[in-house]
Order: sequence, then structure tokens, then C-alpha cells
Amino acid sequence: MTILDIIIQQLTNGLILGSFYSLVALGYSMVYGIIKLLNFAHGDIYMVGAFVGFVILSFVSTLLGDGWLGILPSMILAMTAVGFLGVLIQRIAYRPLLSAPRLSILIVAVGVSLVLFNSVMVVTIGEYKAFPSGLGYEGITMGHVHITYTQMVMVGATAVLMIALHLFIAKTIYGKAMRAISIDMDACRLMGIDVNKIIALTFFVGSSLAAAAGVMAGVYYGSIHFFMGFVIGLKAFTSAVIGGIGSIPGAMLGGLLLGLLESFGTQLPWVGTEWKDVFAFGLLILLLVFKPTGILGRTEIERM
Amino acid sequence: MAEPSTPPPAAAATSGLAGLEERLFVFFDKRSRRRLVQGLLVLAAVSIPLVGDSYLLEILTNSFFYIVLCLGLNIVVGYAGLLDLGYAAFFAVGAYTTGILTSQFDWNFWLTIPAAVFFSIIAGVIIGGPTLRLRSDYLAIVTLGFGEITRIAARNLKELTGGASGLIGINRPSFFGLELNQIHHYYYVFFILVLLAVFVSFRLQHSRLGRAWQYVREDEDAAEAMGIDRVAVKLYAYVIGAVFAGVAGCFFAGKMTAISPETFQFMQSATILMAVVLGGMGKIPGMIVGALALILFPEIFREIGSVRMLVFGVVLVMMMIFRPQGIWPERRN
Repeated sequence: MTILDIIIQQLTNGLILGSFYSLVALGYSMVYGIIKLLNFAHGDIYMVGAFVGFVILSFVSTLLGDGWLGILPSMILAMTAVGFLGVLIQRIAYRPLLSAPRLSILIVAVGVSLVLFNSVMVVTIGEYKAFPSGLGYEGITMGHVHITYTQMVMVGATAVLMIALHLFIAKTIYGKAMRAISIDMDACRLMGIDVNKIIALTFFVGSSLAAAAGVMAGVYYGSIHFFMGFVIGLKAFTSAVIGGIGSIPGAMLGGLLLGLLESFGTQLPWVGTEWKDVFAFGLLILLLVFKPTGILGRTEIERM
Repeated sequence: MAEPSTPPPAAAATSGLAGLEERLFVFFDKRSRRRLVQGLLVLAAVSIPLVGDSYLLEILTNSFFYIVLCLGLNIVVGYAGLLDLGYAAFFAVGAYTTGILTSQFDWNFWLTIPAAVFFSIIAGVIIGGPTLRLRSDYLAIVTLGFGEITRIAARNLKELTGGASGLIGINRPSFFGLELNQIHHYYYVFFILVLLAVFVSFRLQHSRLGRAWQYVREDEDAAEAMGIDRVAVKLYAYVIGAVFAGVAGCFFAGKMTAISPETFQFMQSATILMAVVLGGMGKIPGMIVGALALILFPEIFREIGSVRMLVFGVVLVMMMIFRPQGIWPERRN
């Protein structure tokens, strides 16, 4: 393999990985932007998304086949279902504690995470499940590098979701309400915005994006298991911090950047695949030392 | 927003459970009664090995070990109000320091303890130093990452740590020529460790630093305005908590004589946090109750096995929503 081949190969891997990170990071960042909560359960939402997609696809594939024709509707159904799960979690666990001390709501988030992944562990008896998709390996070959159509569709789908989200936040009245709440929740209440409804909507959108990433990860890696959300939750958080937590374009950019850094990082002789997670977390710690506001984040002004 | 004024004690005493709680508080208000109960508990704990079988001693020794860890995490979470989700990493630092130094460099067990304290402090400063300047939520996720880094490092540094299969053949400690190899030896060792941890926690809680922690926990900005260096104060809490876990880790390695990276998973940190929340953050007796409950519960209900953590998660959420003060809360006026 020439240097160019390696670059193209890692660019592809990095973009795919980055797409997953970005989609999950968006949920972190949106929720953080609106209620200043680090939703630890978000990685597990991604995992639940993969499993819901798995169940739905098992049924749908008998009707529509296990190609993209079956996967896309399954993905949309899974996104909707998991979106409602996110709203439910927010309603039961987070809403009663919005005005409680910060520590309480963080601990609840840890509890929700435990509940989610242990439920899946109990149901699946901790086993890996083969994802029932039947996509081939056809694609384009450039030099020694083979890029499948599946990989292209995934990057494309991520782009579509991100553009849709951007339009939603920038153009619709709901997006406007979200942006307003992130600036001043109390003032929004006084202006007649149904704050609870908008917070629920934020959880819906964030959770369904994570579910989309989960389904795609299932298709891409071919197997899913209950612990898959843990590390990606950490990585997505790192992505959100890289881009500037609370910033939507930041989460997209941060995810892609981390995906690419990680892919190229594995090429470094002293990193390799064994140390790639350490590499990403090390990056997070360095970033928090030198630029905690991230690339696109705003400096937070503390008000008393 | 105006805080509702604290209800008069009479109103609190009306309902059953709250009334009982109030009466207990009143009962233990007298120093002599507290001393008596504490003395009886210590006496009971000291005499158990004379009557109990080795199964009971094993469970109680394990509980003592978790009490020490809970008291350590309590300094971070309860006193200073910081969320640490990678606490098992410090316990790993202690265990691996002892493991590596005794099995590969032939150190005496007791000499590894200062080394473990040293490495725990270093790790605590590296992780806490940069993150504690930021909002405290960042600490939670960085500690989560640190827990993973430690576990991955323990698995990958094969020459030093034995990789995924772990370290075996760690020297057992001996005490004036007596090799500690019976369960009742360890029962007493861990019991002394608990007494030490309780003593240190108690002294810290009522020190100048302890009051500073409480202030920072309740209102960070006001504390800073009063001249408290909030970053330094939080870092002290974080590092002292790390040292507790590090020392506990040394004795864990000495007792087990074998350690592996999987002992220090995220679940371990979550379990310790669970005990702290269950017992009541910030309260020493609460930590003892929490740790005992956590160890005894799966022993009594053996059949729940795999759903144990699921139950813990549900309890954690319910506790925070309905009884955030824990089983044994701090009395606040």
C-alpha cells in the first residue's frame, strides 16, 4: 500500500466513524445547551437504538428485504421509537430534578444509564447479536482501497440528517424556541413558550439522531451488544467538547474531527488499535487544559 | 427564588417515618449515648470472629473494604459535591502498585503503601488539576474516561501488569513475622482500616478544610467571595479521596494475591457510588450502612444475580427523586 492508499483508506474510516460520533454528539450538545445537563445515558440511547433497529428490521426484512429498502424504513421507525423513549426518560427522571442541585441530576443520569444497558443485558443475556442486514460489498476500488456503496450511503445519510437538523434549528419556530431557551429559560417562560414541551422535543430529536447512528453502526459493524454505547458515549462527549459543547455545528465538526484523528492516530506506531481509546481520552484531557470552550464554543460568562 | 422557610420540627415529626427519624436524631444528640452505641458496635465487630464461620467473615471483610472505599468517595461526592465516575481507577492504582512492586521487584508489602499513596496523589492531580477549574460536570465525564484509560492501560502494558489475565503471586503481608493468610487476619486488618478511615473522615469533616468543602458544595460563588480558593479545595477533596482508594487497593491486592483489569470496570465505580448515594452523601454512618446494604443485598437475594445492577439503577433514580438525602441523612438546620 502506498501512502496515498493509506490516506484514502483512513479518510474513509474516519468519515464513517466521525459520522457516528457526530450524530451522538449532537444529542449531548443539544441537551447540554438547553438544560445544562450532561446526559450520561445518551450513549446507551444509541445502543438501545441499535437494538430497536435490530428488532424492527427482523420483521421488516421479511416484507421489504434486508437491503436499503428494508433498512431505511426500519431506521426511521427506530428513530421515532427511541425518540419517544428519550422523551419518556426526560419526563420521568430528569424533569422532577431540574431545579434540584446539579449533583442529583447527574447521579440520576448515571442511574438511567445503568437501567438502560442492564435491561438490554438481561434481555439479550449479554450476547452479541448479528445485525440482520444483507448489504453486499460492491463499491468503487481506487488503487488498493475499496470503498463500498454502504459506506457512501451512510456518510450521505448522516449529511442529510445534519442538514435537516440545521434547517429545523435555524428556520422553524421550534428551533427558534430551543435557541431562545438555551439563552434564558425564565424569560422564555414569561414570553409564553411552553418550556417543558421544547425540552421534551430536544430530547426527542437528540435521541432519534443517536438511534440513527446506532442502526447504522449495526449495519456497518454487523453485530451489536449491550455495552456498545459506553465507549461511544465518551467519544461523542469528547467530540462535543472539541467542537464546543452546546454548539450544534460544533458537535458535527467535532465528531468528524475526532473520527479522522482516531483513524489517522491508529497509523502512528506508538498508538495502534490497542491504544486508540486512550489516545481519544488523552486528547479530551489536553483539550480541557488548553481550550475548554472548544473550536466553536462561546466563553461562558458566569452570572451570580 | 425565595426558599421556603424550614418547617418547624413539630410538623416534621407528625408523619411516621419522619417522626422516627426525628426521634433518632434527638436520641443520638447526647454524646454519651452516641459513644455507648459506637462502643457496642466496635465490641460486636471485634468479637464476631470468635463465633462466626469463615463465610460470614469473608462477607464482612468484603463489606469493610467497601466501607473504606465509600468513605473515600464520600469525601469527593459527599463533602465536596463533585461527581467522580472513575473511582475504581484509584483503587486500581493502589492494587497494581502493590502487585507490581511485590511480585516483580520483591518489595515488602508495607513499603508499597507509601508508593501507592504517591501514585494516587499523582493520578489525582493529573486528572483533577485541569478539570476542576471548569464546571464540575466536566469532572464526571473526565473521570469516566480516566477509569477507562486505567483499565485499558492495565490490559495493554503486558510486561508490567500481566495484561488481561492480570497479576498473580502477589506477596501476602506479614505482621511481625506472622504471615497474614487466614480470613480472620484480614477481617481485623480491614476492620482497623475502617476505624482509621472513619477517624480521618471525621477529623476532616470538622476541620477548616471540611467547612470549606461544605461551603463550596452549597454555594461556590459565595465561597469564593469569602476568600476560599475553590479549585485548591476541590483538588484536596479529589486527591484525598484518591488516597483512600489507593490504600484500600494495596490491601485488596495483599488479600487476594491476584488482580486483573476486569476488577476495575465502570461497574465497580458505579457500585461504590451507589452505596454512597444509598447511605446518604456526606454522612459517615450512612457510608457504613450503604456499603453493608450493598454487599449483603446480593448475598441474601442470591437468585437476582444478573439483574442486580438493573435493580441498582432503578434504586439510584428513585433515591434521587424521592429521598435524595439517603438512608442515613445529615441533619441540617
